[in-house]
Amino acid sequence: MLRVESLSVSLPPTADRALALDGVTFDLSAGEILCVVGESGSGKSVTASAIMGLLAPGLAVVAGEISLGGVVLRGDAWRALRGRRIGMVFQEPMTALNPLMRVGTQIAEMWRVHTDLGRAEIAARSLRALEEVGLPDPQGALRAYPHQLSGGQRQRVMIAMALALEPEVLICDEPTTALDVTTQAQVLTLIRELQKRRGTAVLFITHDFGVVAEIADRVAVMQRGVIVEQGAAADVLETPQHPYTRALLAAVPALQAPPPRVLNDERVLEIEGLVKTYGARGMLRRRQPVRALDDVSLMLRAGSTLGVVGESGSGKSTLARCVAGMLRADAGLIRVAGEPMPKGRRAAARLVQMVFQDPYASLNPRRRVGEQVAQGPMALGTPRGQAMSEARALFELVGLDAEAVSRFPHEFSGGQRQRIGIARALAMKPRVLVADEPVSALDVSVQAQVLALLRDLQARLGLSILFITHDLRVAAQICDDVAVMQRGVVVEHGPVGTVFAAPKHPYTRSLLASVPGRAKVGA
Amino acid sequence: MRALRAFLHNPVAVAGAVLLGAVVLMALVAPLVFPGDPLGLAGRPLQWPGANPRFWLGTDPSGRDIAAQLFHGARISLLIGGTATVIAVVIGIVFGALAGFYGGVVDTVLMRVTEAFQTLPNFLLLLVLVAVFGSDLMTVVIAIGVVAWPPVARLTRAEFLTLRERDYVAAGRMQGLSDAHLIFREVLPNALPPVIVYASVVMAVAILLESALAFLQLSDPNVPSWGNLIGLGRTVLRSEWYVSAIPGVAILLAILGVSLVGQGLNDALNPRLASR
Repeated sequence: MLRVESLSVSLPPTADRALALDGVTFDLSAGEILCVVGESGSGKSVTASAIMGLLAPGLAVVAGEISLGGVVLRGDAWRALRGRRIGMVFQEPMTALNPLMRVGTQIAEMWRVHTDLGRAEIAARSLRALEEVGLPDPQGALRAYPHQLSGGQRQRVMIAMALALEPEVLICDEPTTALDVTTQAQVLTLIRELQKRRGTAVLFITHDFGVVAEIADRVAVMQRGVIVEQGAAADVLETPQHPYTRALLAAVPALQAPPPRVLNDERVLEIEGLVKTYGARGMLRRRQPVRALDDVSLMLRAGSTLGVVGESGSGKSTLARCVAGMLRADAGLIRVAGEPMPKGRRAAARLVQMVFQDPYASLNPRRRVGEQVAQGPMALGTPRGQAMSEARALFELVGLDAEAVSRFPHEFSGGQRQRIGIARALAMKPRVLVADEPVSALDVSVQAQVLALLRDLQARLGLSILFITHDLRVAAQICDDVAVMQRGVVVEHGPVGTVFAAPKHPYTRSLLASVPGRAKVGA
Repeated sequence: MRALRAFLHNPVAVAGAVLLGAVVLMALVAPLVFPGDPLGLAGRPLQWPGANPRFWLGTDPSGRDIAAQLFHGARISLLIGGTATVIAVVIGIVFGALAGFYGGVVDTVLMRVTEAFQTLPNFLLLLVLVAVFGSDLMTVVIAIGVVAWPPVARLTRAEFLTLRERDYVAAGRMQGLSDAHLIFREVLPNALPPVIVYASVVMAVAILLESALAFLQLSDPNVPSWGNLIGLGRTVLRSEWYVSAIPGVAILLAILGVSLVGQGLNDALNPRLASR
């Protein structure tokens, strides 16, 4: 069906390597799902855009060819094919839909542009398309604007649009990465069903081996623009041949928690009856106030890690921000080491520090990283010389070169930046470290390294960590205790091994059941 | 360094830099080329350019050397442009930074003040200030700075509004840093590039405003500014038009230079825009 033969794509001269893709060859037959899996920079998304003929400016095909049904694609051939014979689903369903057009108009556009069907026929087909992707209220969805739908519903609309003209090939570029885990499970099931029913060939780009295990018939593993291993899903996942594939699979954290550690009972952080409501102010606001935290009570033992897991909107990030003092709760009490949190910024700095999610936004791009680590102690009165030498020591502690203190953030990779963020937090010698999704922006192998670093630091320094994550696999590996949150309420909490092995609350059960590839990968 | 290289690879920016450099050079060599008082009487009034080899750009209605006034005028124009821009940018950054960083009541109060200044026509406000405080050069420069800051404040505020939400600002707050440190060391350096670009617009406007004042003979008559020379030529505009035209062209080229440099800076400091 689709054939990619020794395809090479060049990068602009300023890039870190010459070729984005180097001799990529694969076949995709009808009724098959091929997963292209790799870390960031592996060239998997470039592969998708090359097939669509939508390479970004600066990239160019220098060798090889792409053919569809025996016809070689080049130049103007693509316009006729896009949408009609090749459909595409993007990662971010919000930006892929026009926010000012009703969903129905956007779907109808597919037929208006590509066919000469009448109005009534198009309307009927639009409705059928939305019914087919399982939207709860297809009539209502046609009249809705994209922002009125949830992320999962928008992604269903995108799939309906991509399949509108019954293309032979569907390209999905990380279609579930922006979705919650339960929604992801539903969308993966939907793609599988539709593909079976219509016999569509699906090229599925992902970084997540769990997703691969759920959906793939065949797998191609990419590293730095080269396909290093290709084969049937079962073979690649169970008996990987290439060392890179083995390393990637080994880096996927297991969902099963290690045996519990012995912990003392000293409570370093106590949260009692915390309440936070958003959007209640103002008489003219039509929006219902949202209870982000509804009577949350938790406790963190000294030297342990308390995980807070949940999907988007569960209130876990609000909890982190309240504990970190970045948000003031409406009611309730936060006690650190037995004392209520002080109001003053300086006093609080010694008690709680935070590691942020986005390694690119959490460091000031215009200041040397050593300064950013040392400035906290300096603000609290440590002399400059001493603060800088402590910063050097911390850099070595988190696995960086002490001389790197005089560099700027852009000279570091994402994982290294996250290490600097950890060093910055540790410089204040806090009683509690709040880590808000600290590894979710990182590739799986880098993620494993940062998690290992956190565990190592905890063992050496006796850190107490409040660990916020949406990823149950990560939680299983790093946490001693875990609290599951849903719509601002802690629905279940206890030792991570117990909660994950025998979940009591139905929501915990559905979360665990939705973890992709739980049966096959990292078990 | 990367920004500098991008700037030097941009022909438009280099052309602007050459024009601006020429004006700076004129200002620097003025006392060497024309050592005497540029406002002193030099010869018979209203000699056409080239008519007398001593005055290669001619003389004005009072018999003063136009070339000498042009060279010394470059110093005045740069002085006015530079100083007024510094005043406008400093006021604008302080207002914008405080409003954007603190938000809430501070923002409301400061922005209403900014709007009050913005709704008055610039030139009218300038006329009032000069009428009240007199028209010696320093007063004129300060008055121009005082009318030109509101757009700088709005721009700085807009940058601060997005930058203050960055995680590194939150991290700084959690490290116990003072607000002053957060504003000036964490946020401001990241907010500066668009403000620097806009400063070139302020500089061009400042030079123009002074010329307009001088044309109405409301600027300082005791300095050899380009605007004053245009004003002098107004009475003889139909017969000896060169008196106004020569400084007019000088202003045109100087402002063109400033604008092109500004555009070049914009392209160099915003690499994503430059590639379009």
